[in-house]
Amino acid sequence: MASLTKSIRNSFTESTTQRRTTLLGLLFVSPWLIGFLVFTLYPLLSSMYYSLTRYDLIRPPVFIGLDNYIELFTDDPSFETVMRNTLFYVGLSAPLGVITAFLMANLLNSKVVGRSWFRAIFFFPSIIPAIVTAAVWQFLLNIQFGAINGYLQQIGAQTIPFLSNPSWTKPSLIMIHVWAQGGAVVVFLAALQDVPRSLYEAATVDGANAWQRFKSITVPMCTPAILLNLVTSFIAGFQNFTLPNQLFPDGGPSLSAEMYTTYLYRNAFTYLRMGKASALAWLLFLIIIFFTVLFFRTSRNWVHYGGD
Amino acid sequence: MAVTHLDNARMAGVSRTSIKVPWVSFIKYALLLLLAFMFVLPLLWMVSSALKIDDQVYRVPPIWFPVPAHPENFYNAWNRYNFSLFAFNSVVRYAIPSTILVTLSSAIVAYGFSRLHWVGRNLLFGLCLATIMIPAQVTLVPLFITFKQLGWLNSYQPLVIPGMFGSPWFIFLLRQFFMTIPQELSDAARIDGASELGILTRVIMPLSVPSLIAVALFQFLATWNDYLGPLVYINNQQLFPLALGIGLLRRALSETGTTGLVYPYLMAVSALVTVPILFLYFFAQRRFIEGITTTGMKG
Repeated sequence: MASLTKSIRNSFTESTTQRRTTLLGLLFVSPWLIGFLVFTLYPLLSSMYYSLTRYDLIRPPVFIGLDNYIELFTDDPSFETVMRNTLFYVGLSAPLGVITAFLMANLLNSKVVGRSWFRAIFFFPSIIPAIVTAAVWQFLLNIQFGAINGYLQQIGAQTIPFLSNPSWTKPSLIMIHVWAQGGAVVVFLAALQDVPRSLYEAATVDGANAWQRFKSITVPMCTPAILLNLVTSFIAGFQNFTLPNQLFPDGGPSLSAEMYTTYLYRNAFTYLRMGKASALAWLLFLIIIFFTVLFFRTSRNWVHYGGD
Repeated sequence: MAVTHLDNARMAGVSRTSIKVPWVSFIKYALLLLLAFMFVLPLLWMVSSALKIDDQVYRVPPIWFPVPAHPENFYNAWNRYNFSLFAFNSVVRYAIPSTILVTLSSAIVAYGFSRLHWVGRNLLFGLCLATIMIPAQVTLVPLFITFKQLGWLNSYQPLVIPGMFGSPWFIFLLRQFFMTIPQELSDAARIDGASELGILTRVIMPLSVPSLIAVALFQFLATWNDYLGPLVYINNQQLFPLALGIGLLRRALSETGTTGLVYPYLMAVSALVTVPILFLYFFAQRRFIEGITTTGMKG
């Protein structure tokens, strides 16, 4: 069959076939290509232009050079707070989420009775609407009658101001993130399934105990999945919008829960400062590229791909 | 089937090594149950609070099983605002058109990136993957301005139309699957005179139903859960999707304070919006898991 088609192909001249298949290929990917030009490249470039202007949607944009960027770094104390908040949130939530997901996957990666039920329970919070998550946790963490503080009151302990004290707002957001991390558990479970059993058997024969097997086989063999989950959590962390927007509509006490994208949204759609919002958007883009490159660069030192 | 046997064999291998020490598996189950308990608790709180009246909400210690329960909250909360309309908007105006468009267009593009061999294919596919890194917020402002100029505000066009052009994650997922289909099947169809579009719709897509379902599921979820998109583009309450409807209930929370069954109503609607996802998950569990493990995309 294959040889027959090959002879049919050869009946065309090489260049005609090539041109034909290239056109055909481009035709098939053209939806994406057009979408890329219209909904990604053009907005990306015009966002760059708007970031150099003052624009309130009503009057035409006024070119002001780098003033938006200069303002962000020299004349906007909120931006510094927002940057600190976001880095604190991302820097803790991504590793914590990945570590807990990895441990949960390891607990599940053996003959556990009710394995698929546990997996469902861990995974489910990650697919419910963020607005529902926000509503439930706002109630759960309420200082007077939330479930946690209700019990603390009963035993006469101090209640925890999860949502009203500046030093608790970000840890609360991180806690919710860890709860909604089930997708990573599924990725890790798949990675764990791919670790060759022979490695464990050989190590056991050599007298390695469970901890040594975990440390020297499981963890190194799962580093590609760890990298993947870390990078995606990092990117998602910078984009976290619904939870802070819902739990802290005004940025939280002392602006302690204002995150990058809530600040961007506020500038664009509350203050109608489209220029400044575009500058924020471009900086976010650069920050995400920076961290992604950083991860992949440093990953050479700690990620093991199969075969070595 | 072969995979299942392999998995079973692997698990049996694991159990042989770990059951040797009973207390290890005791600790494992204790940890798993504790974690599962902590993960279920917020959802249990949601359902239990939905069944309370104000008096039961503010009780210390908290009540988990309110007696008497007030299931009428579900009905009253749903009709506090026109949630039937919001559900209609979410499904008919947003989720269904968006899911159909994104699944079809992604399949077409994935075909071009996997079943046809042409110059520049890998380069463009690399570019396609790279765009995954671009946060939606970066293009939000200029797209908003464009859609405003087009007069598309207060409609679902800004949310649905971009779906006609595929989504990089789904293109990637489908491409991975299309690559595994033997080339001979396409060659045979070509000899029979099938066009490339015919091969896609009559050979490749019927063989890829599981991945297509996975893509459709993910998109349905994404639109059902979407909050930022409608928040930016839709102001008219007649057009609100469920997520913005819940936002209305939350606003009542900050306006009227914590009386008037605000919390129970909020929890009741939250639970009602969550139930379809629960069904979706249990009926299509394998599709979810396969989709996530192929792409590394997390829900």
